[in-house]
Amino acid sequence: MFEMLGISPQALFGQLLIGLINGAFYAILSLGLSLIFGLLNIINFAHGAQYMLGAFVAWYLLAYVGIGYWPALIVTPLLVGLVGMATERLLLRRLSRLDPIYGLLLTFGLALVIEGVFRHVYGVSGQPYAPPASLSGGYRLEFMFLPKYRAWVVVVSLAVCLGTWLVIEKTKLGAYLRAATENPTLVQAFGVNVPVMVTATYGFGVALAGFAGVLAAPVYSVNPLMGSNLIIVVFAVVVIGGMGSILGSIITGFSLGLVEGLTKVFYPEASNTAVFIIMAVVLLLRPAGLFGKAA
Amino acid sequence: MRKGLAGVALAVLTVTSAFGQVSGDVVKLGVLNDQSGVYADLAGPGSVVAAKMAVEDFGGKVLGKPIEVIFADHQNKPDVATPIVNQWIDVDNVDAIVDVPTSSVALAVQEITKNKNRIHLNSTAGTSDLTGKACSPTGIHWTYDTYALANSTGKALTKDGGDTWYFIVADYAFGHALEKDTSAAVESAGGKVLGAVNAPFPNQDFSSFLLQAQSSGAKVIGLANAGGDMINAIKQAHEFGITDAGQRLAGLLVFISDINSLGLETTKGLVLTTGFYWDRNDETRAWSKRFAERNEGRMPTMVQAGVYSAVAHYLKAIAAAGTDEAKAVMAKMREIPVNDFFAKNGRVRADGRMVHDMYLVQVKTPAESKYPWDYYKILRVVPGDEAYRPMDQGNCPLVAK
Repeated sequence: MFEMLGISPQALFGQLLIGLINGAFYAILSLGLSLIFGLLNIINFAHGAQYMLGAFVAWYLLAYVGIGYWPALIVTPLLVGLVGMATERLLLRRLSRLDPIYGLLLTFGLALVIEGVFRHVYGVSGQPYAPPASLSGGYRLEFMFLPKYRAWVVVVSLAVCLGTWLVIEKTKLGAYLRAATENPTLVQAFGVNVPVMVTATYGFGVALAGFAGVLAAPVYSVNPLMGSNLIIVVFAVVVIGGMGSILGSIITGFSLGLVEGLTKVFYPEASNTAVFIIMAVVLLLRPAGLFGKAA
Repeated sequence: MRKGLAGVALAVLTVTSAFGQVSGDVVKLGVLNDQSGVYADLAGPGSVVAAKMAVEDFGGKVLGKPIEVIFADHQNKPDVATPIVNQWIDVDNVDAIVDVPTSSVALAVQEITKNKNRIHLNSTAGTSDLTGKACSPTGIHWTYDTYALANSTGKALTKDGGDTWYFIVADYAFGHALEKDTSAAVESAGGKVLGAVNAPFPNQDFSSFLLQAQSSGAKVIGLANAGGDMINAIKQAHEFGITDAGQRLAGLLVFISDINSLGLETTKGLVLTTGFYWDRNDETRAWSKRFAERNEGRMPTMVQAGVYSAVAHYLKAIAAAGTDEAKAVMAKMREIPVNDFFAKNGRVRADGRMVHDMYLVQVKTPAESKYPWDYYKILRVVPGDEAYRPMDQGNCPLVAK
């Protein structure tokens, strides 16, 4: 059957695996976006810039402070998350009563400013960041060479996605969160501090972007443009999965990675467009996205 | 009658003036490039530094008149560049436009400078059309072009045993041109092209395309892309153990700033062609160290060194011509050979190509590199006449067949 398609099974499985790896980045980024949209009703266009920030913080830590990859994996999301919380407190909060479009415009502006500053200071050829020694090299599989680092990315992304999903669906904290998205006033009346929860949620979503940034640093060059290149695809993932649906963004993230991988085998020129074609089709058939609830 | 006589006298004086003619009493150079985007590191502010150094080294004056350098950011967009160039020429009296990366922008600037009789000293744009069908009587292409890159790297690697190739191509004009030129060079050297994959541009993840290149079994993977695409492709080729498994990578357009940003561990062994290397001899080192002091410690790329060389040659030609009128200066620039730290016995052809030696280099391993920016070993000096396209093959309308 494979020969009929003009492609060897080896190449196909290789591509599928690579698709899964890219899907891991999509999943973890769209998860953060979904969380933020779900609770804050903000379309966080700064997500790409925050992801780029994560990669740059990891690079700073290594180049100037001597902190390596493993500690950076913890420290960076904390730092980037703090920046996110400050952003929410100082800027986004003021827009909470307005149409979501204002939040979109503000975060889009923020993204342009952040990227512009980094581009001005660091240029665009990027900074080197090597994977940690324990994860360099790879496994020679039957059908492809699997870099250890990429395998690690898939595993850790899956773990983080599942963890987040569990917290939101199965814990009391998650129940508050979900309730607050439905009716913030009522939840506040029960004595839950909704504004703090909102800040924390935004911080966590941004921290996820920062975390993805650290994961990406050894794969892509640490580059001021890395976020804007990815963010559009990630938005498509969120829309296909259903705005605000946690499970939807995780599943769609991984599966779109796979679809993209396949497109690269059969018609590489279209690989950047495939996601958007799927988005158009899905929106025509299910306007709320695959896992979204109709408003 | 008296008025007429005075006019004639004035005209005679003007023509025969011993001090020569400088329009607007100042020679103005406009460095037009990308100050903050994708090409800012390889040309950008560094090219402005190089142009200013050339002016200072010349003494700051030519024919008794001051020389001024101004610059602007064209953001790699022809529609941003065009009004700047028109303003520079029509209002600010700029005599020469310098640097101009990005082929599409360079072609637009070539057209304007041709029509308005100003000089275009191009160091950074790649397209060999600048001396081909878009050639201009007042345009010079200084440092390199796509033909020379493809020709040197392609032939050298093929003869060195890399006789089967697979290309990863940035899916736009520049990438396809590089692929086409390199394929021709590979085949003429007895090699074979096994295939190519068109990667969308720009693109972050090259692993799929690398995997296809790997399974093609080709001995050489040719990267017909540049800048961020090239950097990501090389980084990921290293990650997937492609070079360790014996396949070679050929970067068809690589700047030393790219190597600096990738690091030697990732780029070691890469073979590429460059028009200049700072650590080649005492002369290049002396100039480059002076440059680096003024450029945040970063050594010059080939195009930044080319900007210096082009500006220095231009000023020499003005002095020799006794005027800054474009055609007269161009005649002198063609007449005088280029002899400086950048090029030895370089010459400007009728089609505007500055023909000089190119260098086929290999990136050192971290162990071989002894000091900062010690990145290349020179495998071969490619003589200019061999590297560049013969003048009669470029379809330049200025050159009679």
